[in-house]
Amino acid sequence: MNKEMDLKAVVAQLRDGMKIGFGGWGPRRKPMALVREILRSDLKDLTLVAYGGPEIGMLCAAGKVKKLIYGFVSLDAMPIEPYFRKAREAGAVEVSELDEGLLLLGLQAAGHNLPFAATRVGLGSDVMKYNPHFKTVKSPYGDGETLLAMPAIKLDVALIHASRADRLGNTQTDGPDPFFDGLFARAADKVFVSTEVLVDRIDTEYSDQAKQQLFERCLVTGVVSAPLGAHPTAAHDAYGWDMGHLKDYAVSAGEEGGWQRYFDQYVKGDEASYAASVGGEAKIRALPLPIF
Amino acid sequence: MTTAKEFTLAELIVAVGAQAWASDGEVLATGIGPLPRLAAGLAKLSCAPGIMMTDGEAYLVEDPIPLGPRGDYKPKLSGWMPYSRVFDSVWSGRRHAMVTPVQVDRYGQGNISALGGEFQKPKVAMLGVRGFPGNSICHKNSMFLPSHSKRTFVEGEVDVVASVGYNAKNWPEGARPADVKLGVVITDLCVFDFNGPDHAAQVLSLHPGVTFEQVQDATGFPLLRAERMTTTAAPTEEQMAIIGRLDPHNLRATVLKGNPPGVRAA
Repeated sequence: MNKEMDLKAVVAQLRDGMKIGFGGWGPRRKPMALVREILRSDLKDLTLVAYGGPEIGMLCAAGKVKKLIYGFVSLDAMPIEPYFRKAREAGAVEVSELDEGLLLLGLQAAGHNLPFAATRVGLGSDVMKYNPHFKTVKSPYGDGETLLAMPAIKLDVALIHASRADRLGNTQTDGPDPFFDGLFARAADKVFVSTEVLVDRIDTEYSDQAKQQLFERCLVTGVVSAPLGAHPTAAHDAYGWDMGHLKDYAVSAGEEGGWQRYFDQYVKGDEASYAASVGGEAKIRALPLPIF
Repeated sequence: MTTAKEFTLAELIVAVGAQAWASDGEVLATGIGPLPRLAAGLAKLSCAPGIMMTDGEAYLVEDPIPLGPRGDYKPKLSGWMPYSRVFDSVWSGRRHAMVTPVQVDRYGQGNISALGGEFQKPKVAMLGVRGFPGNSICHKNSMFLPSHSKRTFVEGEVDVVASVGYNAKNWPEGARPADVKLGVVITDLCVFDFNGPDHAAQVLSLHPGVTFEQVQDATGFPLLRAERMTTTAAPTEEQMAIIGRLDPHNLRATVLKGNPPGVRAA
């Protein structure tokens, strides 16, 4: 069993109109090498699902998005992702704006093969108004409480970035938080993992770090060796996020033809030219992890 | 305890903000933004030793983490609080957050999502509802608003209801608005809550030098005077020392425009 693929082979499995979920959280551990490969492709009409960071903004900027389903789209130090903001204010994409926890519950329901998850979250708020397809259920027990039936969010594909993976599909993160990568993986028909380090067998090489596994290998369709593949987002402990680069990216959102400039300057070539264009491997590996 | 002779409005807000957690016991305290975070830290080191705090990333700490660059300081970690566990804390109700909505209305509802236009094409896209709907229906929330005006405390309803409140028309039949727990609302002018008759807004204390009329004029909905309305207590020297330790780079001075003194000139 060898699930190794390259970036192009992963993108070749994606189709127009697919619903794609992204692991990570804001500018943390996003599968950016895979995102850049999508940006280089002619894919379109995608529905994206995420605790979003720059992957959402970039795919919106490139006109690849039909619909967004999100808990937020943020660059942390820049609280609103600039191209997300632009797309929202232009009405360029359809949105399903969710409470962060509702996104969790929708993914969890999908992963458990259930039609919905019962919750109070969302009731009394405009999440109900702006997601008119949401319905309530009445508790069948004595309390009779009215609850939101949060519909399952089933994904065609989940894209996830790991610290390490092996060719069997095992994954590990060195990050302090696995976020909801496991829920994205379980909600998806196919999962593709990009990784800082790819080995044959994680059990023989990193046996003492099994608790850092993100999810089981049976969920994984393909693994891609993509060192520096989370840049400009953080990939604990390999490198922090690149706020300097993200600021330049944010500036481009305010320029006439800014996205084309960004794309031509950084994304257009391949991952080797990308790394060189943002200052090279040594500079990326020296990016400090954020403190709060 | 000696009252501080000189203090800024930001320090007054941190000191009174800490009181928000005073009766909470062991809950996760989250202060979002520099002043609420300092208020939570001050609470932990004074009136609310039981509260739990995080390092802002994924771990629990017993000593609040100072703001800004901290050289060789390495936080000592007492536990793990990844986001999955944050949601568990939220949904079980064992949390009290202090947050900063952009708009608040008479029903205690808050907006951080978007302003104006249509929701699918807003005039100004903001953060989105983020965790506000779930937080506000599951646990207690206090608020800090740095600029008390009719733009923030709006006349009608907030543009997007992100955090829930007491507007009956927004609740489906059989849901339970009685569970909504709003704490204090702290502004640059006063402290108020929504515990008046029928959850009406009532002023608990006016910051030194501020009049009730001044607050009412800056608010888009009617305010009541709480039975024991008072002047917001000045920070003590002890509180000032803790605030200074938690904020060695004086980031608190950058929050309110012009960093005004705590006692307004008459």
